[in-house]
Amino acid sequence: MNLKIVVMKKMPVLYERRQIVTPGDLLAENDYMAGENTFKENGKIYATRVGLVNYENRNIYVMALKSFYFPMVGDTVIGKVIDVSLIGWMIDVKAPYRALLRASDVLERSFRPQRDDLPSMFDVGDIIIANIVASDRTRGPLLTIREPGLGKITRGQITEITPTKIPRLIGKKGSMISIIKKETGCQVFVGQNGSIIVSGKSPEDERLAIMAIHKIEQEAHTSGLTDRVAEMIRKEKNEKKEVSGKHV
Amino acid sequence: MTSSIIARVRQKRIEQLISLGKRLDERGLTDYREVQVEVGVIEKAEGSARVRLGKTEVLVGIKIELGAPFSDVPDKGVLTVNAELVPLASPTFEPGPPNENSIELARVVDRGIRESEAIDLEKLCIEPGKKVFIVFVDVYVLNYDGNLIDASALAALAALLNTKLFKYAVKEGEVQIKPGYKPLSIRNHPVAVTFAKINDKLVVDPGLEEEQVMEARLTMTIEKDGKICALQKGGAGYFKIQQILEAGKIARKKAAELRKLVVKK
Repeated sequence: MNLKIVVMKKMPVLYERRQIVTPGDLLAENDYMAGENTFKENGKIYATRVGLVNYENRNIYVMALKSFYFPMVGDTVIGKVIDVSLIGWMIDVKAPYRALLRASDVLERSFRPQRDDLPSMFDVGDIIIANIVASDRTRGPLLTIREPGLGKITRGQITEITPTKIPRLIGKKGSMISIIKKETGCQVFVGQNGSIIVSGKSPEDERLAIMAIHKIEQEAHTSGLTDRVAEMIRKEKNEKKEVSGKHV
Repeated sequence: MTSSIIARVRQKRIEQLISLGKRLDERGLTDYREVQVEVGVIEKAEGSARVRLGKTEVLVGIKIELGAPFSDVPDKGVLTVNAELVPLASPTFEPGPPNENSIELARVVDRGIRESEAIDLEKLCIEPGKKVFIVFVDVYVLNYDGNLIDASALAALAALLNTKLFKYAVKEGEVQIKPGYKPLSIRNHPVAVTFAKINDKLVVDPGLEEEQVMEARLTMTIEKDGKICALQKGGAGYFKIQQILEAGKIARKKAAELRKLVVKK
Protein backbone atom coordinates (compact mmCIF):
# COMPACT_ATOMS: atom_id res chain seq x y z
CA MET A 1 0.00 0.00 0.00
CA ASN A 2 2.70 2.43 1.04
CA LEU A 3 4.76 1.51 -1.96
CA LYS A 4 1.97 2.51 -4.31
CA ILE A 5 1.73 5.98 -2.87
CA VAL A 6 5.48 6.49 -3.27
CA VAL A 7 5.25 5.47 -6.93
CA MET A 8 2.39 7.87 -7.53
CA LYS A 9 4.35 10.74 -6.08
CA LYS A 10 7.32 10.07 -8.24
CA MET A 11 5.42 9.91 -11.51
CA PRO A 12 2.12 11.71 -11.43
CA VAL A 13 -0.55 9.77 -13.30
CA LEU A 14 -3.98 11.30 -13.03
CA TYR A 15 -6.10 8.32 -14.04
CA GLU A 16 -6.34 4.71 -13.00
CA ARG A 17 -5.78 1.98 -15.56
CA ARG A 18 -8.79 1.41 -17.86
CA GLN A 19 -10.53 4.60 -16.76
CA ILE A 20 -12.48 6.40 -19.48
CA VAL A 21 -11.07 9.69 -20.80
CA THR A 22 -12.23 12.26 -23.33
CA PRO A 23 -10.18 14.38 -25.76
CA GLY A 24 -8.24 17.09 -23.92
CA ASP A 25 -8.11 15.26 -20.60
CA LEU A 26 -4.75 15.66 -18.86
CA LEU A 27 -3.39 12.15 -18.40
CA ALA A 28 0.07 12.53 -16.93
CA GLU A 29 2.97 14.88 -16.43
CA ASN A 30 6.71 14.91 -16.93
CA ASP A 31 8.31 11.49 -16.98
CA TYR A 32 5.85 9.74 -19.29
CA MET A 33 5.96 9.20 -23.02
CA ALA A 34 2.96 9.98 -25.18
CA GLY A 35 1.65 6.78 -26.78
CA GLU A 36 -1.24 6.06 -29.10
CA ASN A 37 -4.09 8.60 -29.19
CA THR A 38 -2.29 11.09 -26.94
CA PHE A 39 -0.05 14.11 -27.42
CA LYS A 40 2.52 15.89 -25.30
CA GLU A 41 2.63 19.64 -24.80
CA ASN A 42 4.86 21.48 -22.33
CA GLY A 43 5.64 18.21 -20.59
CA LYS A 44 1.97 17.30 -20.13
CA ILE A 45 0.22 14.44 -21.86
CA TYR A 46 -3.37 14.81 -23.08
CA ALA A 47 -5.83 12.39 -24.66
CA THR A 48 -6.97 12.93 -28.25
CA ARG A 49 -9.83 10.41 -28.32
CA VAL A 50 -12.57 8.96 -26.19
CA GLY A 51 -11.21 5.74 -24.77
CA LEU A 52 -9.70 3.82 -21.91
CA VAL A 53 -6.37 5.03 -20.60
CA ASN A 54 -3.59 2.54 -19.99
CA TYR A 55 0.13 2.64 -19.32
CA GLU A 56 2.99 0.27 -19.71
CA ASN A 57 6.24 1.24 -17.99
CA ARG A 58 6.60 4.89 -18.96
CA ASN A 59 4.43 4.76 -22.05
CA ILE A 60 0.90 6.10 -21.64
CA TYR A 61 -1.77 5.50 -24.28
CA VAL A 62 -5.51 5.54 -24.86
CA MET A 63 -7.39 2.56 -26.27
CA ALA A 64 -10.08 4.20 -28.41
CA LEU A 65 -13.64 3.04 -27.83
CA LYS A 66 -14.46 3.58 -31.49
CA SER A 67 -12.19 4.13 -34.44
CA PHE A 68 -11.89 3.85 -38.17
CA TYR A 69 -9.60 1.24 -39.66
CA PHE A 70 -6.04 2.22 -40.37
CA PRO A 71 -4.46 -0.20 -42.87
CA MET A 72 -1.37 -2.07 -41.65
CA VAL A 73 0.82 -4.41 -43.70
CA GLY A 74 0.03 -8.04 -42.96
CA ASP A 75 -3.58 -7.50 -41.88
CA THR A 76 -6.29 -9.75 -43.26
CA VAL A 77 -9.21 -7.59 -44.28
CA ILE A 78 -12.66 -8.08 -45.76
CA GLY A 79 -13.54 -5.60 -48.49
CA LYS A 80 -16.15 -4.82 -51.08
CA VAL A 81 -15.42 -4.31 -54.77
CA ILE A 82 -16.60 -0.81 -55.61
CA ASP A 83 -15.01 -0.29 -59.01
CA VAL A 84 -13.35 -2.23 -61.79
CA SER A 85 -10.49 -0.24 -63.29
CA LEU A 86 -8.13 -0.91 -66.18
CA ILE A 87 -5.51 -2.67 -64.11
CA GLY A 88 -7.51 -4.19 -61.28
CA TRP A 89 -10.22 -3.54 -58.74
CA MET A 90 -10.83 -0.79 -56.23
CA ILE A 91 -11.79 -2.25 -52.87
CA ASP A 92 -13.57 -0.53 -50.00
CA VAL A 93 -11.91 -1.85 -46.85
CA LYS A 94 -13.54 0.71 -44.50
CA ALA A 95 -10.28 2.66 -44.35
CA PRO A 96 -9.79 6.33 -45.22
CA TYR A 97 -8.20 5.14 -48.48
CA ARG A 98 -9.45 2.90 -51.27
CA ALA A 99 -7.45 -0.29 -51.56
CA LEU A 100 -6.23 -1.67 -54.87
CA LEU A 101 -6.23 -5.31 -55.91
CA ARG A 102 -4.13 -5.74 -59.03
CA ALA A 103 -5.26 -7.98 -61.87
CA SER A 104 -1.83 -9.63 -62.14
CA ASP A 105 -2.14 -10.70 -58.51
CA VAL A 106 -5.37 -12.58 -59.23
CA LEU A 107 -4.28 -14.07 -62.56
CA GLU A 108 -0.99 -15.51 -61.24
CA ARG A 109 0.60 -14.51 -64.54
CA SER A 110 1.11 -11.25 -66.36
CA PHE A 111 -2.07 -9.36 -67.12
CA ARG A 112 -3.15 -8.93 -70.75
CA PRO A 113 -5.57 -6.03 -70.87
CA GLN A 114 -6.84 -6.96 -74.37
CA ARG A 115 -7.81 -10.50 -73.44
CA ASP A 116 -8.57 -10.73 -69.74
CA ASP A 117 -12.08 -9.86 -68.62
CA LEU A 118 -11.85 -8.38 -65.15
CA PRO A 119 -15.59 -8.13 -64.29
CA SER A 120 -15.95 -11.89 -64.89
CA MET A 121 -13.50 -12.49 -62.03
CA PHE A 122 -14.69 -9.92 -59.51
CA ASP A 123 -17.53 -7.52 -60.12
CA VAL A 124 -18.85 -4.49 -58.28
CA GLY A 125 -20.58 -5.62 -55.08
CA ASP A 126 -18.48 -8.77 -54.57
CA ILE A 127 -16.98 -9.37 -51.14
CA ILE A 128 -13.37 -10.52 -50.92
CA ILE A 129 -10.98 -11.53 -48.16
CA ALA A 130 -7.48 -10.22 -48.80
CA ASN A 131 -4.18 -9.47 -47.14
CA ILE A 132 -2.57 -6.07 -47.15
CA VAL A 133 0.88 -6.26 -48.76
CA ALA A 134 1.81 -2.59 -48.82
CA SER A 135 0.42 0.52 -47.24
CA ASP A 136 1.70 4.04 -46.89
CA ARG A 137 -0.04 7.37 -46.76
CA THR A 138 0.94 8.39 -50.29
CA ARG A 139 -1.16 5.69 -51.93
CA GLY A 140 -4.06 3.47 -50.97
CA PRO A 141 -3.18 0.05 -49.55
CA LEU A 142 -2.31 -2.76 -51.96
CA LEU A 143 -4.04 -6.09 -51.51
CA THR A 144 -3.29 -9.69 -52.40
CA ILE A 145 -5.45 -12.80 -52.52
CA ARG A 146 -2.59 -15.16 -53.42
CA GLU A 147 -2.60 -17.04 -50.18
CA PRO A 148 -4.74 -19.94 -48.98
CA GLY A 149 -8.09 -18.91 -47.50
CA LEU A 150 -8.28 -15.62 -49.38
CA GLY A 151 -10.52 -14.68 -52.29
CA LYS A 152 -14.16 -14.14 -53.15
CA ILE A 153 -16.96 -14.84 -50.68
CA THR A 154 -20.12 -16.09 -52.32
CA ARG A 155 -22.27 -17.05 -49.36
CA GLY A 156 -23.00 -15.90 -45.83
CA GLN A 157 -23.65 -12.52 -44.33
CA ILE A 158 -21.42 -9.53 -43.76
CA THR A 159 -21.56 -7.45 -40.62
CA GLU A 160 -19.39 -4.72 -39.16
CA ILE A 161 -18.07 -3.71 -35.77
CA THR A 162 -15.62 -0.98 -34.82
CA PRO A 163 -12.05 -2.25 -35.48
CA THR A 164 -10.85 -1.59 -31.92
CA LYS A 165 -13.16 -4.34 -30.66
CA ILE A 166 -11.72 -7.00 -32.95
CA PRO A 167 -9.25 -8.34 -30.32
CA ARG A 168 -12.17 -8.69 -27.87
CA LEU A 169 -14.24 -10.54 -30.46
CA ILE A 170 -11.43 -13.03 -31.01
CA GLY A 171 -10.70 -13.33 -27.29
CA LYS A 172 -7.69 -14.83 -25.55
CA LYS A 173 -6.25 -17.47 -27.91
CA GLY A 174 -9.46 -17.29 -29.93
CA SER A 175 -11.70 -18.31 -27.03
CA MET A 176 -14.55 -15.92 -27.80
CA ILE A 177 -14.74 -16.59 -31.52
CA SER A 178 -14.58 -20.36 -31.03
CA ILE A 179 -17.57 -20.15 -28.67
CA ILE A 180 -19.60 -18.43 -31.38
CA LYS A 181 -18.51 -20.96 -33.98
CA LYS A 182 -19.29 -23.89 -31.70
CA GLU A 183 -22.67 -22.67 -30.46
CA THR A 184 -24.06 -21.48 -33.78
CA GLY A 185 -22.31 -23.89 -36.12
CA CYS A 186 -21.34 -20.97 -38.36
CA GLN A 187 -18.03 -20.25 -40.00
CA VAL A 188 -16.80 -16.82 -38.97
CA PHE A 189 -14.10 -14.89 -40.85
CA VAL A 190 -12.88 -11.80 -39.05
CA GLY A 191 -11.21 -8.98 -40.93
CA GLN A 192 -8.89 -6.67 -39.02
CA ASN A 193 -10.84 -3.77 -40.56
CA GLY A 194 -13.95 -4.63 -38.55
CA SER A 195 -15.83 -6.46 -41.30
CA ILE A 196 -16.92 -9.96 -40.41
CA ILE A 197 -18.30 -12.72 -42.63
CA VAL A 198 -20.66 -15.17 -41.00
CA SER A 199 -21.60 -18.20 -43.02
CA GLY A 200 -23.86 -20.88 -41.61
CA LYS A 201 -26.28 -23.62 -42.59
CA SER A 202 -29.38 -21.47 -42.23
CA PRO A 203 -30.14 -17.71 -42.09
CA GLU A 204 -31.29 -18.27 -38.50
CA ASP A 205 -27.85 -19.52 -37.42
CA GLU A 206 -26.26 -16.54 -39.10
CA ARG A 207 -28.64 -14.17 -37.36
CA LEU A 208 -27.70 -15.67 -33.99
CA ALA A 209 -23.99 -15.33 -34.67
CA ILE A 210 -24.39 -11.72 -35.82
CA MET A 211 -26.41 -10.95 -32.70
CA ALA A 212 -23.65 -12.43 -30.53
CA ILE A 213 -21.01 -10.39 -32.37
CA HIS A 214 -22.90 -7.16 -31.76
CA LYS A 215 -23.39 -8.07 -28.11
CA ILE A 216 -19.63 -8.47 -27.78
CA GLU A 217 -19.06 -5.11 -29.46
CA GLN A 218 -21.43 -3.38 -27.07
CA GLU A 219 -20.23 -5.06 -23.91
CA ALA A 220 -16.54 -5.31 -24.80
CA HIS A 221 -15.45 -3.48 -21.65
CA THR A 222 -17.19 -5.89 -19.23
CA SER A 223 -15.71 -9.06 -17.78
CA GLY A 224 -17.12 -12.57 -17.89
CA LEU A 225 -18.44 -11.86 -21.38
CA THR A 226 -17.53 -15.21 -22.92
CA ASP A 227 -19.87 -17.11 -20.61
CA ARG A 228 -22.70 -14.63 -21.08
CA VAL A 229 -22.43 -14.82 -24.87
CA ALA A 230 -22.57 -18.61 -24.77
CA GLU A 231 -25.57 -18.46 -22.48
CA MET A 232 -27.37 -15.95 -24.70
CA ILE A 233 -26.92 -18.06 -27.83
CA ARG A 234 -28.23 -21.18 -26.06
CA LYS A 235 -31.21 -19.30 -24.69
CA GLU A 236 -32.11 -17.83 -28.08
CA LYS A 237 -31.80 -21.23 -29.71
CA ASN A 238 -34.13 -22.83 -27.18
CA GLU A 239 -36.69 -20.06 -27.54
CA LYS A 240 -36.70 -20.48 -31.30
CA LYS A 241 -37.17 -24.21 -30.91
CA GLU A 242 -40.11 -23.74 -28.59
CA VAL A 243 -41.78 -21.28 -30.92
CA SER A 244 -41.33 -23.46 -34.00
CA GLY A 245 -42.48 -26.48 -31.99
CA LYS A 246 -45.76 -24.77 -31.17
CA HIS A 247 -46.46 -24.05 -34.82
CA VAL A 248 -46.07 -27.73 -35.67
CA MET B 1 -14.14 5.83 -47.74
CA THR B 2 -17.70 4.66 -47.88
CA SER B 3 -19.74 3.74 -50.87
CA SER B 4 -23.40 3.23 -51.56
CA ILE B 5 -22.74 -0.06 -53.35
CA ILE B 6 -24.40 -2.96 -51.59
CA ALA B 7 -22.56 -6.25 -51.18
CA ARG B 8 -23.91 -8.97 -53.44
CA VAL B 9 -24.33 -11.44 -50.57
CA ARG B 10 -26.44 -8.84 -48.77
CA GLN B 11 -28.58 -8.24 -51.82
CA LYS B 12 -29.21 -11.97 -52.23
CA ARG B 13 -30.19 -12.28 -48.59
CA ILE B 14 -32.67 -9.39 -48.75
CA GLU B 15 -34.31 -10.86 -51.85
CA GLN B 16 -34.39 -14.34 -50.34
CA LEU B 17 -35.99 -13.09 -47.12
CA ILE B 18 -38.59 -10.99 -48.92
CA SER B 19 -39.68 -13.91 -51.09
CA LEU B 20 -40.32 -15.71 -47.77
CA GLY B 21 -42.33 -12.74 -46.50
CA LYS B 22 -39.61 -11.66 -44.06
CA ARG B 23 -37.28 -8.70 -43.82
CA LEU B 24 -33.80 -7.99 -42.53
CA ASP B 25 -35.01 -6.22 -39.39
CA GLU B 26 -37.68 -8.87 -38.75
CA ARG B 27 -40.71 -6.73 -39.46
CA GLY B 28 -43.46 -7.77 -41.84
CA LEU B 29 -43.69 -6.60 -45.45
CA THR B 30 -46.28 -3.95 -44.63
CA ASP B 31 -44.89 -2.79 -41.28
CA TYR B 32 -43.37 0.60 -40.61
CA ARG B 33 -40.34 0.99 -38.41
CA GLU B 34 -40.86 2.74 -35.11
CA VAL B 35 -42.18 6.26 -35.74
CA GLN B 36 -41.48 9.08 -33.31
CA VAL B 37 -42.92 12.56 -33.77
CA GLU B 38 -41.86 15.66 -31.84
CA VAL B 39 -43.41 19.05 -32.53
CA GLY B 40 -42.33 22.58 -31.69
CA VAL B 41 -38.65 21.72 -31.62
CA ILE B 42 -37.46 25.04 -33.12
CA GLU B 43 -38.36 28.05 -31.05
CA LYS B 44 -37.63 30.69 -33.69
CA ALA B 45 -39.69 29.02 -36.42
CA GLU B 46 -43.43 29.52 -36.84
CA GLY B 47 -43.83 25.76 -36.82
CA SER B 48 -41.52 22.76 -36.59
CA ALA B 49 -41.42 19.01 -36.17
CA ARG B 50 -38.89 16.23 -35.99
CA VAL B 51 -39.79 12.76 -37.17
CA ARG B 52 -37.77 9.61 -36.60
CA LEU B 53 -38.53 6.59 -38.72
CA GLY B 54 -36.23 3.93 -37.33
CA LYS B 55 -32.84 5.55 -37.79
CA THR B 56 -34.04 7.97 -40.45
CA GLU B 57 -34.43 11.41 -38.95
CA VAL B 58 -35.97 14.49 -40.55
CA LEU B 59 -36.42 17.99 -39.20
CA VAL B 60 -38.96 20.35 -40.74
CA GLY B 61 -39.15 24.04 -40.00
CA ILE B 62 -41.85 26.41 -41.20
CA LYS B 63 -41.32 30.12 -41.69
CA ILE B 64 -44.03 32.55 -42.69
CA GLU B 65 -43.05 35.79 -44.38
CA LEU B 66 -44.73 38.64 -46.22
CA GLY B 67 -44.24 38.82 -49.96
CA ALA B 68 -45.80 39.28 -53.37
CA PRO B 69 -48.08 36.62 -54.94
CA PHE B 70 -47.52 34.99 -58.31
CA SER B 71 -49.13 37.11 -61.01
CA ASP B 72 -51.31 34.26 -62.33
CA VAL B 73 -52.89 33.65 -58.90
CA PRO B 74 -52.94 37.15 -57.36
CA ASP B 75 -55.43 36.20 -54.64
CA LYS B 76 -53.51 33.25 -53.19
CA GLY B 77 -50.68 32.88 -50.72
CA VAL B 78 -47.49 31.11 -51.71
CA LEU B 79 -46.30 27.67 -50.59
CA THR B 80 -42.64 26.76 -51.06
CA VAL B 81 -41.11 23.45 -50.06
CA ASN B 82 -37.37 23.01 -50.01
CA ALA B 83 -35.41 19.93 -48.99
CA GLU B 84 -31.80 19.83 -47.94
CA LEU B 85 -29.77 16.61 -47.87
CA VAL B 86 -27.06 17.75 -45.50
CA PRO B 87 -23.74 15.86 -45.61
CA LEU B 88 -23.98 14.89 -41.95
CA ALA B 89 -26.98 12.71 -42.74
CA SER B 90 -25.13 10.19 -44.89
CA PRO B 91 -21.63 9.54 -46.25
CA THR B 92 -23.13 9.69 -49.74
CA PHE B 93 -24.57 13.21 -49.38
CA GLU B 94 -22.34 16.00 -50.66
CA PRO B 95 -22.53 19.72 -49.95
CA GLY B 96 -23.49 21.99 -52.81
CA PRO B 97 -26.52 22.87 -54.92
CA PRO B 98 -29.58 20.59 -54.63
CA ASN B 99 -29.35 17.38 -56.65
CA GLU B 100 -32.16 15.37 -58.22
CA ASN B 101 -32.82 13.47 -54.99
CA SER B 102 -33.39 16.53 -52.84
CA ILE B 103 -35.50 18.16 -55.58
CA GLU B 104 -37.63 15.02 -55.89
CA LEU B 105 -38.07 14.86 -52.12
CA ALA B 106 -39.15 18.50 -51.94
CA ARG B 107 -41.51 18.16 -54.86
CA VAL B 108 -43.24 15.03 -53.56
CA VAL B 109 -43.76 16.65 -50.16
CA ASP B 110 -44.96 19.83 -51.89
CA ARG B 111 -47.35 17.90 -54.14
CA GLY B 112 -48.99 16.20 -51.17
CA ILE B 113 -49.64 19.47 -49.36
CA ARG B 114 -50.65 21.41 -52.48
CA GLU B 115 -52.93 18.88 -54.16
CA SER B 116 -54.76 17.97 -50.98
CA GLU B 117 -55.28 21.71 -50.42
CA ALA B 118 -54.16 21.27 -46.86
CA ILE B 119 -53.35 24.96 -46.55
CA ASP B 120 -56.11 27.38 -47.48
CA LEU B 121 -53.93 29.60 -49.64
CA GLU B 122 -56.75 32.06 -50.31
CA LYS B 123 -56.86 32.90 -46.62
CA LEU B 124 -53.18 33.79 -46.77
CA CYS B 125 -53.90 36.65 -49.16
CA ILE B 126 -53.68 40.06 -47.52
CA GLU B 127 -54.06 42.35 -50.52
CA PRO B 128 -54.77 40.66 -53.88
CA GLY B 129 -51.89 41.08 -56.31
CA LYS B 130 -49.73 42.92 -53.81
CA LYS B 131 -49.26 41.34 -50.41
CA VAL B 132 -49.64 37.70 -49.35
CA PHE B 133 -48.13 35.36 -46.82
CA ILE B 134 -45.43 33.01 -48.07
CA VAL B 135 -45.19 29.67 -46.27
CA PHE B 136 -41.70 28.18 -46.41
CA VAL B 137 -41.54 24.49 -45.56
CA ASP B 138 -37.88 23.58 -45.09
CA VAL B 139 -37.02 19.90 -44.84
CA TYR B 140 -33.67 19.02 -43.31
CA VAL B 141 -32.56 15.41 -43.38
CA LEU B 142 -30.58 14.74 -40.22
CA ASN B 143 -29.97 11.04 -40.74
CA TYR B 144 -30.57 8.91 -43.79
CA ASP B 145 -31.58 5.29 -43.34
CA GLY B 146 -34.10 4.94 -46.14
CA ASN B 147 -37.60 6.23 -46.89
CA LEU B 148 -37.00 9.95 -46.67
CA ILE B 149 -40.26 10.76 -48.44
CA ASP B 150 -42.59 9.31 -45.81
CA ALA B 151 -40.60 10.77 -42.94
CA SER B 152 -40.46 14.21 -44.57
CA ALA B 153 -44.12 14.29 -45.53
CA LEU B 154 -45.14 13.26 -42.04
CA ALA B 155 -42.81 15.82 -40.47
CA ALA B 156 -44.13 18.54 -42.81
CA LEU B 157 -47.71 17.74 -41.81
CA ALA B 158 -46.85 17.68 -38.11
CA ALA B 159 -45.03 21.01 -38.46
CA LEU B 160 -47.93 22.61 -40.36
CA LEU B 161 -50.37 21.55 -37.66
CA ASN B 162 -48.02 23.16 -35.15
CA THR B 163 -47.68 26.41 -37.14
CA LYS B 164 -48.80 29.73 -35.74
CA LEU B 165 -49.58 32.73 -37.88
CA PHE B 166 -48.87 36.22 -36.56
CA LYS B 167 -51.72 38.66 -36.31
CA TYR B 168 -51.67 41.68 -38.55
CA ALA B 169 -53.60 44.79 -39.50
CA VAL B 170 -53.64 46.70 -42.76
CA LYS B 171 -53.35 50.46 -42.37
CA GLU B 172 -53.18 52.76 -45.41
CA GLY B 173 -51.86 49.95 -47.59
CA GLU B 174 -49.15 49.06 -45.08
CA VAL B 175 -49.19 45.71 -43.26
CA GLN B 176 -48.51 46.05 -39.59
CA ILE B 177 -47.67 43.02 -37.49
CA LYS B 178 -49.46 42.96 -34.18
CA PRO B 179 -48.50 41.00 -31.09
CA GLY B 180 -50.05 37.55 -30.67
CA TYR B 181 -50.55 34.54 -32.86
CA LYS B 182 -53.33 32.35 -34.17
CA PRO B 183 -52.95 28.80 -35.49
CA LEU B 184 -52.59 28.31 -39.24
CA SER B 185 -55.74 26.57 -40.44
CA ILE B 186 -55.03 23.17 -41.99
CA ARG B 187 -57.96 21.65 -43.87
CA ASN B 188 -56.55 18.34 -44.96
CA HIS B 189 -53.98 15.87 -43.65
CA PRO B 190 -51.95 14.32 -46.47
CA VAL B 191 -49.76 11.36 -45.48
CA ALA B 192 -47.27 9.71 -47.83
CA VAL B 193 -46.78 5.95 -47.92
CA THR B 194 -43.86 4.57 -49.93
CA PHE B 195 -43.52 1.09 -51.40
CA ALA B 196 -40.46 -0.60 -52.79
CA LYS B 197 -40.71 -3.42 -55.27
CA ILE B 198 -38.20 -6.14 -54.49
CA ASN B 199 -38.38 -9.57 -56.11
CA ASP B 200 -41.83 -8.74 -57.48
CA LYS B 201 -43.18 -8.09 -53.98
CA LEU B 202 -44.29 -4.83 -52.40
CA VAL B 203 -42.54 -3.68 -49.26
CA VAL B 204 -43.70 -0.74 -47.15
CA ASP B 205 -41.21 1.74 -45.66
CA PRO B 206 -38.02 0.51 -47.35
CA GLY B 207 -34.84 0.83 -45.26
CA LEU B 208 -31.53 2.02 -46.70
CA GLU B 209 -30.37 -1.39 -47.89
CA GLU B 210 -33.78 -2.23 -49.29
CA GLU B 211 -33.70 1.01 -51.26
CA GLN B 212 -30.36 -0.03 -52.69
CA VAL B 213 -31.74 -3.32 -54.02
CA MET B 214 -35.26 -2.24 -55.01
CA GLU B 215 -36.32 -2.35 -58.64
CA ALA B 216 -38.86 0.46 -58.34
CA ARG B 217 -40.41 2.76 -55.78
CA LEU B 218 -43.96 4.08 -55.53
CA THR B 219 -45.20 6.79 -53.21
CA MET B 220 -48.89 7.38 -52.62
CA THR B 221 -50.08 10.39 -50.66
CA ILE B 222 -53.44 9.83 -49.01
CA GLU B 223 -55.87 12.54 -47.90
CA LYS B 224 -57.77 12.31 -44.66
CA ASP B 225 -60.86 10.84 -46.37
CA GLY B 226 -58.79 8.12 -48.05
CA LYS B 227 -58.43 9.71 -51.48
CA ILE B 228 -55.10 9.56 -53.27
CA CYS B 229 -53.87 13.11 -53.89
CA ALA B 230 -50.33 12.54 -55.13
CA LEU B 231 -48.27 9.80 -56.70
CA GLN B 232 -44.59 9.44 -57.43
CA LYS B 233 -42.84 6.54 -59.06
CA GLY B 234 -39.09 6.13 -58.98
CA GLY B 235 -36.47 3.62 -60.02
CA ALA B 236 -35.92 1.77 -63.30
CA GLY B 237 -38.41 -1.06 -62.70
CA TYR B 238 -42.16 -1.23 -63.24
CA PHE B 239 -45.35 -2.04 -61.34
CA LYS B 240 -48.20 -4.25 -62.50
CA ILE B 241 -51.73 -2.87 -62.35
CA GLN B 242 -52.56 -5.47 -59.71
CA GLN B 243 -49.68 -4.27 -57.58
CA ILE B 244 -50.72 -0.63 -57.79
CA LEU B 245 -54.27 -1.49 -56.74
CA GLU B 246 -52.92 -3.54 -53.86
CA ALA B 247 -50.58 -0.67 -52.91
CA GLY B 248 -53.56 1.71 -52.82
CA LYS B 249 -55.35 -0.50 -50.31
CA ILE B 250 -52.31 -0.88 -48.06
CA ALA B 251 -51.47 2.83 -48.33
CA ARG B 252 -54.93 3.82 -47.08
CA LYS B 253 -54.60 1.62 -44.04
CA LYS B 254 -51.04 2.71 -43.27
CA ALA B 255 -51.80 6.41 -43.84
CA ALA B 256 -54.64 6.25 -41.32
CA GLU B 257 -52.28 4.70 -38.76
CA LEU B 258 -49.58 7.32 -39.37
CA ARG B 259 -52.08 10.17 -39.31
CA LYS B 260 -53.11 9.22 -35.77
CA LEU B 261 -49.57 9.99 -34.65
CA VAL B 262 -49.63 13.62 -35.77
CA VAL B 263 -53.27 14.70 -35.79
CA LYS B 264 -54.63 15.20 -32.30
CA LYS B 265 -58.38 15.02 -31.98
